[in-house]
Formats: sequence, structure tokens, C-alpha cells
Amino acid sequence: MHNEKKLDFASEIRKALHKALKSDPRLVLMGLGVNDPKGVFGTTIDLAKEFGSIRVLETPTSENAVTGIGVGLAVTGHPAVMVHQRLDFFLLAMDQLVNSAAKWHYMYGGQSSVPITIRLITGRGWGQGPTHSQNLHSWFTHIPGLKVVMPAFANEARALLAASIADPNPVIFLEDRWCHVQQVDAASLDDSKVIELGKASVEVEGNDVTVVAAGFSAVESLRAINYLQKYGINAELINLRTLKPLDAETIYKSVVKTGKLLVVDSGPKISSFASEIISLVSTNRFTSLRAAPVAITAPDVPEPTSHGVTGDFKFGADTVARSLVEIVGSDNSSIDFSQLRNTPHDVPNSTFTGPF
Amino acid sequence: MTANRESLFSLFKLAMRIRLVEEQIAAEYPKGEMRCPVHLSIGQEIVSAAVGLNQLSTDTAVSSHRAHAHYLAKGGDLYRMIAEILGKVTGCCKGRGGSMHLIDLQCGFLGSSAIVGNSIPVGVGSAFSHKLNQTDDLSFVFFGDGATEEGSFYESVNFAAVNKLPVVFVCENNLYSVYTDLAARQPEHRPIFEMVKAMGVNSLHIDSFDPINCFEVITRAISDARSSRTPLFLEIPTYRWLEHCGPFDDDALNYRPAGELATFKAQDPVAKLQSKLMDTFGVSQVEIDTALARIKEEIIGAFAAAKNDPFPTLDESMADTYA
Repeated sequence: MHNEKKLDFASEIRKALHKALKSDPRLVLMGLGVNDPKGVFGTTIDLAKEFGSIRVLETPTSENAVTGIGVGLAVTGHPAVMVHQRLDFFLLAMDQLVNSAAKWHYMYGGQSSVPITIRLITGRGWGQGPTHSQNLHSWFTHIPGLKVVMPAFANEARALLAASIADPNPVIFLEDRWCHVQQVDAASLDDSKVIELGKASVEVEGNDVTVVAAGFSAVESLRAINYLQKYGINAELINLRTLKPLDAETIYKSVVKTGKLLVVDSGPKISSFASEIISLVSTNRFTSLRAAPVAITAPDVPEPTSHGVTGDFKFGADTVARSLVEIVGSDNSSIDFSQLRNTPHDVPNSTFTGPF
Repeated sequence: MTANRESLFSLFKLAMRIRLVEEQIAAEYPKGEMRCPVHLSIGQEIVSAAVGLNQLSTDTAVSSHRAHAHYLAKGGDLYRMIAEILGKVTGCCKGRGGSMHLIDLQCGFLGSSAIVGNSIPVGVGSAFSHKLNQTDDLSFVFFGDGATEEGSFYESVNFAAVNKLPVVFVCENNLYSVYTDLAARQPEHRPIFEMVKAMGVNSLHIDSFDPINCFEVITRAISDARSSRTPLFLEIPTYRWLEHCGPFDDDALNYRPAGELATFKAQDPVAKLQSKLMDTFGVSQVEIDTALARIKEEIIGAFAAAKNDPFPTLDESMADTYA
């Protein structure tokens, strides 16, 4: 059950939705589960009580039509936020996303825009398996007209969702299920903070190597980078926040300083977002690079379910740390990478007890 | 709107305006200046005209690839449609959409889509807005029999039913999805409107080959939907005279049974309406000719103006990906 005192990424998402519904009486929030007892992992809990079950609408299990209905609402003056408890379910809605939402403003001569935000939750661990854990953020960046936002930390979740809802374009807002349970200290939150879409954040400054990541990959990269500092390795972490439009300048600036690049991407390797970052840096800052760029990605294999193998299948903070040590050419004999492994490997922290 | 001399003459003029526009497009098309697919509505005009006369300017509408008639009947700007088909920057989509993507927000025509079934949920979303806004407006969703085979159709009808949305689904059943007839696509003895009725939506089957009755039934049904604020489904059998896509007759392909096209042409609801106007309502040949001459003049003017307009520049076509 949702606890008002507990502050985490999920409660920050709820805070953004609450504020948006309150400040814009035209806004509609809809999806399967928005008004159920669990409220989409606590992110929508009790919102229908305050704003009514028309504006906070339970929907049929009709991902494609609901997306189109959101487009219809949006083009007639009612911005919409939609949510899917797994990104994988939303694959049924590609026609409305790609043929309607993404192209609408362009295709109809710039007369009518589609202010919708589509929250997609990516499953991870606990046997989510081949069709509940797909990281397809790279797909969405390939479609002209979409914006793609991928928050990592609890203290940016509210502001990034608020900016997405305020944006006049269709925004894909990707939430890793493991980000949801990341706790946050109330003192580190600023409810008036504004974050612009299309701007990356330099989370840690360092001179040895540039690490580019988004979503939960940025959370794991941060753990690895913090851990390696005591071994004298100083990596710079760029948390992308928005994949599209991409803040390439912040990446370039860092690579010019460090000369080395590691991209950490939860998606499968082929045509990954890591490939795009490496392509951009190689093309535009070739002479700044002092070593070949490195990508850590998921393998080009559907994800297995068994927790007997997922520990080795998924990369984690230890994988990132090993890669960083190799890139900077340090001696790794004294480094205990096992400290960076989650135990057990298939939960984000002790608050997560399944089932999804 | 009751069926009287005035309303039926308006119905005739609107149907003929659509037909004459489509005929002009068909006549011009072989010149190669309209370089995009066109799906013409010749033979099907009465449906759009009968619905169109019952639409308020604040009602909204969406349509599919065969959208010219719905756009014109809703009040869409003719010149901007012709310019769009010609690919001119003055077109309703600045030349980005072509014949299959029409929009005129002045009259509430929200858009038409080249993907079968794609605009149906968008129309339902617009109906949701009407409900939230607590107006008397309706959202009209035009599509063909083929779209009732798409998942988006069932999802949208169900959503409209469960949420009691003010939407009018208009299904023009012209028997063919491109060249494939209904018998190959849907089971016998299961009419589309009966299926939709079973989904919990008030559904009617309306014979468009009896134009006056068609107009009267549509008028009553839309008026009832406007007051009940609940979804309405209209299955209206009709018939396409030309090829699925393009300006020509395609009877030689033989996908239609021999004689079927001729039989339906002999049942032309617009010709029947003209006879009825002249025989029963005292409309003279001179009145008919004067009305048609005025429409033709408008069409010639729209084509002439649109042809004179510039194409978009590449810079203009690179704008507007984002709002």
C-alpha cells in the first residue's frame, strides 16, 4: 500500500500528476489501473478521488484505441497522460503512436498539435522475462515527431514528468520499474525545480572517462563511479534525461575533456541508443577520442525468465565498474567488484518483493 | 431538419457538389499534376450529404483515405483541398498530406487518415472532449466496411459504449476492400450493424438507394444522438463506381460480378433524388441547371487558383516536426 510519508521515485511521479491535474482542468489521465487499489505502483493512487473518475479514467484493455483516443482528446483541447504498466503492452499501439501522434503536427501543416505524455514502465528482474522487460527506448527515438524522456533519479522524476506534460508534443516517458523504488531524502527535493527537456545532467564530474547513460543504467553507473573513486578512478557521469531531443553538446564537451567514452545502455546492442551516441561522438569529435568508444548493452537475445540465469544475463554496476577500470587502464587486482552486485540480483532493493 | 423541398434540394446540391468535384479530379488526374493517390467517392455521395446536412459547425469529424466527400460535406474548403491534392503550399496540409490527409479546423474537420481504422479512436477521443466540455456537439467518424475488420474499430466502439460518448460512427459499406469482396472478409448472416448492436451501441442499417428515406432516418437518428449523448452506429450500404484508387472505371478487372456495377448505377440515389425533386417537389430543370452551373463555376475557379499557387519550398517542408 501507498504510504504518504515514504518518498521515492514513484511518489515523485504521483506528485507531478497531482500537480498537473490540479493546475490544468482540461488534463485527462487514463490507463488500465489508474484507479485501481494499487494505482500503477502507487503513482496514481487516490487521484480519481480528488479529480473524478472521468478525468482519471480507467480504460478497457485497448492499448491502441486508448492511444488514439488520447490523440483525439489532445487535438481538441484536452491534453492527455496515458500509462501502461509494461512497455511491452504498448507495442499494440504502434499504429496510433507512429502514424497518428508522431506525425499529426507535421502532416496537417502545423495547425494542430498533440500534447500527450505516454508513461511506459519497463520491467526488470524477478523473472519479467522476454515480454515484460524490453528496453525499446531506441525504437522511439527513430520516429520523427516524438520526444523521448528517460528519468533516472527520484529527485528529477517529478520535474521531468511535469516538463513532458507541459510539452505540446507527444512524449514517451520511460520509467524503469526499479527506478520506482529508489528512495529519496525529502531534504534533497525541491518541488519548484524546473528541468527543461533536451538537457542532460552532469551528475558527477571527472577527468578520466565520460560515461553516458539514462534511466536505471544511470543509477547503476552512478554506483560504479562512486565506488571507483576510492581507487583513484574519476569518471564523469552524464545522465541524459532526454534521449530525444538529445543534448549532444554536453556529451561532446565531456569527451573533449576526457578523451574516452563509455555508453551504458539497457537496450539490445544492434541499433541501440549507445550506437547512436558513439556514432555522433566519432563523427563530430573524432580527434578528441584517445581510445575506441565502448558500449555496454543488453545482448541481442530475448531476455530469459529464470532467476537462475538472469544474474549473469543482465549487466549491473559491477559490469560498468569492470569496464571503466579497463578503459582507464588501471590495475584491477585490488578492486572487489562483488561489492557492486545486488544480492539477490533480481531485485533493486529490499523494498521490492515482487510479483511485478 | 424535415424532408421538404428546401432540405431535399440542399441534399441534392450537396451530393452533386461532391460528385462534380470528384468528376473534375478524375478528368484532371491523367494530366499528371495530381501526383498522389486519390480515392474517389462517386456513387457514395448521398451518405456524406445526408449526414453533412445534420452536422453543426461545432461538431467534429474524422475520416479515412476516401475522405473528399466527408470533408466537403462538413464544410471543408474546396480550394484548399484541391491545392493539397496538387501538392501546393496553399493546400490544407501545406502539401504534406495529399488527398488522404485533409483537415479544416474552421469547420471541425479534424483530419483524415491513410491507415484503415486509424482515425476511428481519434474521433472517439474528440467525442470524449465533447463530453468533458458538456456541449451538445457530436463527433462523426467516417469509415468503410474494411475498417470494421480492424482491432481499433472494436476497441473504439467498446470504449465509446462503456463511457457513453457522443459519437456517430458512419460505416459506408461499399462491399469491397480494394478488390476483395465482403464475402471473403466477413461471415454470411452476420450484418455489421447487428454485431455493433451486440456491443451495446444503438445501431441502424439504412438503405442509401432510397435517398429520401435515407435522409429522414439519418436526420432522426442524429437528432436523437444529439439529445441522448450516447453513441450511434450507422451502417449504410452504398456502392463505389470507380476503381478503389484512381480516376478510372475498373470493371474490366472482373473482381465484381458481371453487371453489378451497371445495376448499382441504375440505382443512383442522386439521380433518383433529382427525379423526385422534379416530379414531386416542383423543382424545375432551370433551377437544377442554375444550381449545377454555379457549382461547376466554383470548382473551375478552385482548380484554376490552386494550379497557380506555388509548391512548398524544401525549407517550408522541413518545418513543424514539433509544435
